[in-house]
Amino acid sequence: MKKFMFVNRKAPYGTIYALESLEVVLIAATFDQDVSLVFLDDGVYELAKGQDTQGIGIKNHSKTYRALDGYDVEKLYVERESMQARGLSEDDLIVDVEVLSSVEMAALMAEQDVVLSF
Amino acid sequence: MLHIVNKSHRQTTSLASCLRLAQDGHALLLIEDGVYAATTAGAASAGLAEALARLKVYVLRPDLEARGVAAALAEGVTAVDYTGFVDLVAEHTNNQTWL
Repeated sequence: MKKFMFVNRKAPYGTIYALESLEVVLIAATFDQDVSLVFLDDGVYELAKGQDTQGIGIKNHSKTYRALDGYDVEKLYVERESMQARGLSEDDLIVDVEVLSSVEMAALMAEQDVVLSF
Repeated sequence: MLHIVNKSHRQTTSLASCLRLAQDGHALLLIEDGVYAATTAGAASAGLAEALARLKVYVLRPDLEARGVAAALAEGVTAVDYTGFVDLVAEHTNNQTWL
């Protein structure tokens, strides 16, 4: 089993990255890999509660993060600095995450076998 | 770990985020629009000096040449060709491209 880290650094609807990342995460989970998701920079906006995309005609994929549990994807990490810079706290996020400092995040990243950026 | 950055540091936060999360002793390879950070005119705004103090910094020469900035390569940065790029990837146990 390899350690796969998915690094999400983009806000949810301006580009397709956030949705594509979710798709690949689900594929990796299907192959029984050690999957972790990281949210950095504008990527923390992907987890914001209360997303309502009716007005822009795009599927609201934020609820999918809640389903990851069912695929045994339970390692979700948010960088504290990125979250705080955007005025968000853990209470504002749609799923339970582990909040890490930049230093802790750096260590976690360095120990991965594969890092995929979105 | 090898970190690869392909965006201009003036256009996105990719390089800044990479430098925030790269550990001491890691390698950084600047390619495509990322190469501007390795030029004398871009070094200060990119935080290149701090990067050089704790990382090995490489830049892809064909991308410097394509942009007409090969003569402005900042001191301390190692220019590599495509073979060098492959070597860097092979030498490191893991790598990350900061999109």
